[in-house]
Amino acid sequence: MLEIKNLHVKLEEEDKVILKGVDLKIGPGEVHAIMGPNGSGKSTLSYVLAGRDGYEVTEGSAMLEGQELLEMEPEERAAAGLFLAFQYPVEIPGVGNMTFLRTAVNAQRKARGEDEVSAAEFLKLVREKAKTLKIDAEMLKRPVNVGFSGGEKKRNEILQMAMLEPRMCILDETDSGLDVDAMKLVSDGVNALRDAGRSFLVITHYQRLLDHIKPDVVHIMAAGRIIKTGGPELALEVETNGYADILSEVG
Amino acid sequence: MALPKVKEDALTARLAALPALAGKGWLGAARAEAQGRLAAMGLPSRRDEYWRYTDPASLVAAEAVPAADFHPGDEAPAFDAIDRLKLVFVDGVFDPAQSDDLALAGVEIERLAQAGAADIHWAQGLYGVLEARGQTPVQRPLAALNSAHATDGLLIRVTGRAARPIALIYAHESKTSDAMLHHCVKVEAGAELTLLESGPGAARFTKVLEVEVAEGAQFHHIRVQGRDHERRAATHVFARLGARAEFRSFTLTANGRLTRNEAVLELAGPDARAHVAGAAVGDGDFHHDDTVFVTHAAAACESRQVFKKVLMNGATGVFQGKILVKPGAQKTDGYQISQSLLLDEDSQFLAKPELEIYADDVKCSHGSTSGAIDETALFYLQSRGVPRKAAQGLLVLAFLAEAIQEIADETIADDIRGRLEGWLARHASKGSA
Ligand SMILES: Nc1ncnc2c1ncn2[C@@H]1O[C@H](COP(=O)(O)OP(=O)(O)O)[C@@H](O)[C@H]1O
Ligand SMILES: [Mg+2]
Repeated sequence: MLEIKNLHVKLEEEDKVILKGVDLKIGPGEVHAIMGPNGSGKSTLSYVLAGRDGYEVTEGSAMLEGQELLEMEPEERAAAGLFLAFQYPVEIPGVGNMTFLRTAVNAQRKARGEDEVSAAEFLKLVREKAKTLKIDAEMLKRPVNVGFSGGEKKRNEILQMAMLEPRMCILDETDSGLDVDAMKLVSDGVNALRDAGRSFLVITHYQRLLDHIKPDVVHIMAAGRIIKTGGPELALEVETNGYADILSEVG
Repeated sequence: MALPKVKEDALTARLAALPALAGKGWLGAARAEAQGRLAAMGLPSRRDEYWRYTDPASLVAAEAVPAADFHPGDEAPAFDAIDRLKLVFVDGVFDPAQSDDLALAGVEIERLAQAGAADIHWAQGLYGVLEARGQTPVQRPLAALNSAHATDGLLIRVTGRAARPIALIYAHESKTSDAMLHHCVKVEAGAELTLLESGPGAARFTKVLEVEVAEGAQFHHIRVQGRDHERRAATHVFARLGARAEFRSFTLTANGRLTRNEAVLELAGPDARAHVAGAAVGDGDFHHDDTVFVTHAAAACESRQVFKKVLMNGATGVFQGKILVKPGAQKTDGYQISQSLLLDEDSQFLAKPELEIYADDVKCSHGSTSGAIDETALFYLQSRGVPRKAAQGLLVLAFLAEAIQEIADETIADDIRGRLEGWLARHASKGSA
């Protein structure tokens, strides 16, 4: 599904290197987790994959189902099946959540040469999916993320993901700022989307999200590199011992 | 006091280019008075404080700068889908052949050109009267020039609830047309009217609209200032509101080499409400100036000024807005916001918001901002699959939303949004192509 090779990234405006050769291969239907201390480059990796400005790729590649992501516009990456649930979802005053969702769904359909969804069909679909995420009609009408609580913003990200049905989902600290109930809602939302043709990259700080969304592979990232890869037990190890052991072990 | 020599000369030159008007009837008297006001003021120049941000040279010159007539291609004319009474002016002259009959239930409509010769007329109490009141504390010589020399326009008296909106459509056929129109609208107590205006008018267009909104009456005004780029225009709306009266005016301006829209509103009776809003989009050598003066002269009135401008490729936007709260106008609720969205670094927004308050129990706020498009929001939209240009369009419309919300009629608001979307799709900024 997604294959990242030797990815090096620096900031465009400064001589600061953030990613120093990341390799990662995620097969169809797999769930991978990336854990790592603050500042290790996890969000940067997700932004670079999604195509945010301000970063310069100095080396490496990132292929999504055989297509080079790094040469595409962000909207083309989305249409190709990539989705990033933001660590900090963006507020857009003046744009209604519903309008936003419909514009996004139809834009992707158009890019793929499909027909737009009818207003009625769309409404039915949104209501259904919103309900399982406990997103009420009021939240759908309000401007995108404006005045939403932390938990509401994260649920809204998952709603977008559910509506857009991407093939490769990246979740950047979707668990941060969530209480136990919200975490359950969000994880259920994610798990409902798991299938053999859809892959996930779950970035998290804590093991607890991985109790709900069970990963196949766990990677530890530090200082811009993936320093260790293992099974779900690796997450438990981090939970009990922190990152210090792994960091010193790798040296 | 005599005018300075330069001003004297400029006025003489301008007047020499205008035909002398017969001084008959009530209109003759009103014109003569306006001519007197004009002679005392002279024409505006760049040196006048009120014209610091907008050079009036092309508005006051003896000759209008030629402007080719404009064909908007496939875009439907404004308000086409709305059931309305259509009244057409071509290069500033009423055209009965293209217009509906001057008949509408609840409304009396006459042409200024015909009604002016009578000895007495209801419009005597309005024509040039609100304009004259609006000359203090700030002079508006172009409005006095208009009162003195306008040859056409409509006198509209609304006695009930107008059966349909009245749509004034201004077409432009001659390259050098220099049009002056003067309309008076009197909305009698409890009556209601929606007035629509659209079209470029002329190569140079000077317009005055005087509106009296009596007790408990409603006046809604929606205006679309065409898409032709070469036009120059100075327009004035003077309105006086009685107790519990409602006045709402919204203007969409797309393109235009030079547009100065002045609104002078006086809340004269308690509990009146005046809203004036504008959305302007300009590309390149576009200069748009909104100059607003709201006077709260009675208690418990509400006023709102909402002006938004989207500027690209070196366009200039100007806002001068004032709220004056007179002694005794307690419980005033005044709001003013002027904002610009600069799509590149070549464009500029000049704003002068002012408050002058002589009552102690009032709520007044004003704000003015100027900023670029939110790149983070743009990326967020793109990451959801919305192409950059469409995402930019969505954000621009969101920026303009507060102004468009001032349009009470949803069908018209949708039409305005559609026009803006079309315009944005046709104009891409250098900064974010
Ligand atoms: N746009 C930016 N400007 C300056 N520094 C940045 C920027 N993006 C990331 N960084 C820096 O890069 C490092 C990695 O950040 P980030 O990817 O957010 O880490 P993580 O998500 O793992 O906490 C940090 O040191 C951070 O300060
Ligand atoms: Mg992060």
